[in-house]
Amino acid sequence: MQQEFIPVLIQIVIATGFAVATLIASVLLGKRAKRNQMKDSAYECGMLPIGEGQARFSVKFYLVAMLFVLFDIEVVFLYPWAVSFKRLAVDGGQLVVFFSALSFIVILFVAYLYALRKGALEWKD
Amino acid sequence: MDWAFLAISTVKIIGLVFLTILPMVAYSVWAERRVSAAIQDRVGPNRVGWAGLLQPMADGLKFILKEDLTPGHVRKTYYWMAPALTMIPSLLTCAVLPFGSRLFGEKMVIADLDVGPLFVFAIASLSVYGIVLAGWASNSKYPFLGGVRSTSQMISYEISLGLSIVPLLMIFGTLNLGEIVQYQAQNGWTLLPLWGEGLSLKGMLLAIPMFISFVIFTTSIFAETNRLPFDLPECETELVAGYHTEYSSMKFALFFLGEYAAMIIGSGLAVTLFLGGWSLPFGWLAPESTTAEVPFWHGLVHIGVFFAKVIAFILFFIWIRWSLPRFRYDQLMRLGWVFFFEIAVINVLLTAGIMMLPLGK
Repeated sequence: MQQEFIPVLIQIVIATGFAVATLIASVLLGKRAKRNQMKDSAYECGMLPIGEGQARFSVKFYLVAMLFVLFDIEVVFLYPWAVSFKRLAVDGGQLVVFFSALSFIVILFVAYLYALRKGALEWKD
Repeated sequence: MDWAFLAISTVKIIGLVFLTILPMVAYSVWAERRVSAAIQDRVGPNRVGWAGLLQPMADGLKFILKEDLTPGHVRKTYYWMAPALTMIPSLLTCAVLPFGSRLFGEKMVIADLDVGPLFVFAIASLSVYGIVLAGWASNSKYPFLGGVRSTSQMISYEISLGLSIVPLLMIFGTLNLGEIVQYQAQNGWTLLPLWGEGLSLKGMLLAIPMFISFVIFTTSIFAETNRLPFDLPECETELVAGYHTEYSSMKFALFFLGEYAAMIIGSGLAVTLFLGGWSLPFGWLAPESTTAEVPFWHGLVHIGVFFAKVIAFILFFIWIRWSLPRFRYDQLMRLGWVFFFEIAVINVLLTAGIMMLPLGK
């Protein structure tokens, strides 16, 4: 294991410990909760809640999540290219480096335009 | 394993997270209230301590002492997990931020990773889990809608956030934030290329795509941290308080803390990438390389410069919050997916084009 990642592990432990400690402190030090029916019902600005807590929601959100996975991977794939661009784009290598990434971007841009034309990103009904 | 290394890392973590970021969170809440008051021609909190400076302490104490209620209708395990899951990632992301050059021969960064920005984005997007869990576990309509909105907003802007720094990586040629700052110290800040290698025709031309990147990056940070003008997940007029409507006492405070910590670290990342991190302009006091020794007082100045820049950026955040109205949801998604995405892709190609121009070095 690489040594640079060990501080990250330590920080995960400390941050988790801090979060858990504050939650426990609030239970121990806080006022004991007095329950009543009003406090146990969902908050809807004083109206009595009707129906389930989970309403149905638009399928658009699923579409956004799927497109996110697609395009975020595109972005991550561009990182290695971007980092080595300066090193590779010397002595006539520029065009090869540029067009290899361009072809990748163009293919994904076609997919993006398809999603756009299908109205996947249109929120006005 | 090296015990000295472990001890030094622990000291750095406690120093940065508990002695710097958490007090900064407390005082940025205070600053937010005072600045908003000034903008709206009010006074703001000024009773607890001089100019209200002890107000954050009083607030924190009150958060701990409040009634710790878990309403009967929630899903208990996830309801308790959600605040911690929102806060932990925002405290973790600061691990790769270089907050100074060197002090006592130690690099002023918790973990000197070669994947800096990727680490920040990866960990920061984990806080989405906390928010979606909070919305779902509350088993109530407003939090649920807030959670769903917040999730789709955060993942949408993550794409423009990621794309906006691709042009920068092309110039720096590294993902190590320490080296990125070192490069800027010697060759001009990304937005101010007025010395070193930056002072050339190519450097000046590259400032144009860099500025576009900066605008996209900053706006996306606003959206990622759910702040106005993008605070739709918790807009009071539609959703009461969004995903944390059903939360009270310390659990609510943890959401608040996570949000402000994310804002501070977002500012830190923007400063590191675009405004030269800990470096002073025109190469003043800049070390020779990332491995060079730095005199003690230079190290102190660098830390001071970094936090001064971060504080300035936080004030900018606050200023924007109290100046702009909220976006509508379809406008928000359109801005992220259509406008920023396209501009960011074109920006990448523009940068590549400028870098390939035969203008010498």
